[in-house]
Amino acid sequence: MDVHEYQAKELLSAFGVRVPKGGVAYSADQAVYRAAEIGGSRWVVKAQIHAGARGKAGGIKLCTSDMDVRQAAKDLLGTTLVTTQTGPEGLPVHRLLVEEALPVERELYIGLVLDRKRERIVVVAHPHGGMEIEEIAQREPAAILREVVEPAVGMQAFQARELAFGLGLAPPQGNQAVTIILSAYRAFRELDATMVEINPLVVTKEGQVLALDVKMSFDDNAMFRRPNVAELRDYAQEDPREAEAAEHGLNYVALTGEIGCIINGAGLAMATMDMIQHAGGEPANFLDIGGGASPERVARAFRLVLSDRNVKAILVNVFAGINRCDWVAEGVVQAVREVRVPVPIVVRLAGTNVQEGRRILEESGLPLVTADTLSEAAERAVAARNAAGAGGAGGAGEAV
Amino acid sequence: MSILLDEHTPVIVQGFTGDKGTFHAKEMIAYGTDVVGGVTPGKGGARHLGRPVFNTVKEAVAGTGASASLVLVPAPFCADAIMEAADAGIQLVVTITDGVPAQDMMTVKRYLWRYAKERRTRLVGPNCAGVISPGKAMMGIMPGHIYARGNVGVVTRSGTLGYEAASQMQALGVGITTSVGIGGDPINGSSFVDILALFEQDPATEAVLMIGEIGGPQEHDAAVFVKEHMTKPVIGYVAGLTAPKGRRMGHAGAIISAFGDTAAEKAEILRDAGATVAPSAAELGATAARVLAQQPSRRVLVQR
Repeated sequence: MDVHEYQAKELLSAFGVRVPKGGVAYSADQAVYRAAEIGGSRWVVKAQIHAGARGKAGGIKLCTSDMDVRQAAKDLLGTTLVTTQTGPEGLPVHRLLVEEALPVERELYIGLVLDRKRERIVVVAHPHGGMEIEEIAQREPAAILREVVEPAVGMQAFQARELAFGLGLAPPQGNQAVTIILSAYRAFRELDATMVEINPLVVTKEGQVLALDVKMSFDDNAMFRRPNVAELRDYAQEDPREAEAAEHGLNYVALTGEIGCIINGAGLAMATMDMIQHAGGEPANFLDIGGGASPERVARAFRLVLSDRNVKAILVNVFAGINRCDWVAEGVVQAVREVRVPVPIVVRLAGTNVQEGRRILEESGLPLVTADTLSEAAERAVAARNAAGAGGAGGAGEAV
Repeated sequence: MSILLDEHTPVIVQGFTGDKGTFHAKEMIAYGTDVVGGVTPGKGGARHLGRPVFNTVKEAVAGTGASASLVLVPAPFCADAIMEAADAGIQLVVTITDGVPAQDMMTVKRYLWRYAKERRTRLVGPNCAGVISPGKAMMGIMPGHIYARGNVGVVTRSGTLGYEAASQMQALGVGITTSVGIGGDPINGSSFVDILALFEQDPATEAVLMIGEIGGPQEHDAAVFVKEHMTKPVIGYVAGLTAPKGRRMGHAGAIISAFGDTAAEKAEILRDAGATVAPSAAELGATAARVLAQQPSRRVLVQR
């Protein structure tokens, strides 16, 4: 789960990370009020979306008057911002962060991340912050400073000092940076983060060290014990179908093809999508119905897949272990009767209670195409899609 | 032979008396697994499925001599259950539970290191289908009847894709020594490398099928191990060629991963390491059969 910059800054500052003065605004009036509250004569108005690279996309505006702030807020609110990290569809801007604009002397990079290879939290740092950090990491990986944290004892002050000196920070700024790094680490641990990025960490002309921009991501599996973080979730930043799916225990990702997929297990789902492409089709979605799927959950999966109007055929592929084929079959039958599925359906069942599942499908009298193997299933789904497309009948909506 | 588990391995179930524990313990017993009891804190002294229930894993080990434990407790309590088993001297812990917080797993992995290597617990999972040695025993939630006994080791991140492989192999008359689901979580107990090393040493295993996925460094590490340490043939597959690249926040993830983690890149790395990569998920069994057929049979050497 991701949060907005202003939320991440509030969370981190509670742990002792120094951030610029600022506040959130949902309207142009609020933005002007925030600027007055902050004082001074220079502010930045920053679009709040769950992605980076906003500056180059026009999502961050420097303002020197009330009128500027109002105009910037009007320009940003309600728009969709497309950056190199959002994908082509972009993300909607409903909130702004208004902050004091600070005279910056130096920009540095600090990132904390859960390293899957080391199975440790790793703190990475570089003396040059900003967008080019990934290229630097590729070009000269040795220039990236790294500290691996031993989980039994947590991050030690000497590790933060090594980073601060490595970044070339002299004592007064070095001490401030040490405090920020150790505070960010504590926040990472105590809030179940998977990533904390301070980019840039800045030294101002007055010699203050602050986190000028912050990103945080959190472990969905741990949100049950972090209600104060969980409540920061902003559904407007998520695909509405994906969010709805998650509410019902389904893992759904929308894609651009025409064959809707209903599958159990992420690995089998990906492999089935690969098989569809292999057979000459394109998957319309990734959908993992998970283990222990009830008929109701299967029926909901059908509604979800059909909400994508590009879908011209549906492939159900369930290899039941903890699942039961008879329940899945009942779900298919229930869905087809209730939802009125206007496209051909190919069903492949295997595993626990498979005979019972197949019998339920047969006895339903519904026009379902069945398949025994993975390759048959993919081929028949592609054939069904092609027949639907060629005949012009059975399409769920406007063709592409 | 097999790895990790056979019909003589005494197994307990943590979360024994719950719905899931009961259902899967029954299935395991029916398959032939030596389930000797279970643990549910607060229900010690009772009997369940004709077997004793204990309050703690230490009591269960003392009372039954168990050396393996299947953990089926809810995610918030999972790390605690694994560490309890490790502290009680359980040698193999298989954790099916999904949704375990990543930092809990970081702590668990560190905790396991506090024991000397000879008595260190081997953890498989979480978020996996478990371990099965066909015809002998299973610890997990897989449908046992789709696995045939034989001479190929299987290690997979995905549970259901592992089932797919097993049933294709069964249809072609290719059997399995042991199939191990290592799970799909960012931090898991055993890696591909850990399990490949066991198969390499297992005399009954003549080839290994390894099923990977997009994301993470494990397939890359496995490829290095295959190249440098495996004498047995390896069949590889990586799911997710068509998977979309996820949206992401910031740069930190990209900085620490020095190599590509797409399915195509991983398949290429495995091929370079000498593995035979199955062209599609529908050809897992056929590719395994083909690789086995090319092998000079070792069985002749052990016949008397």
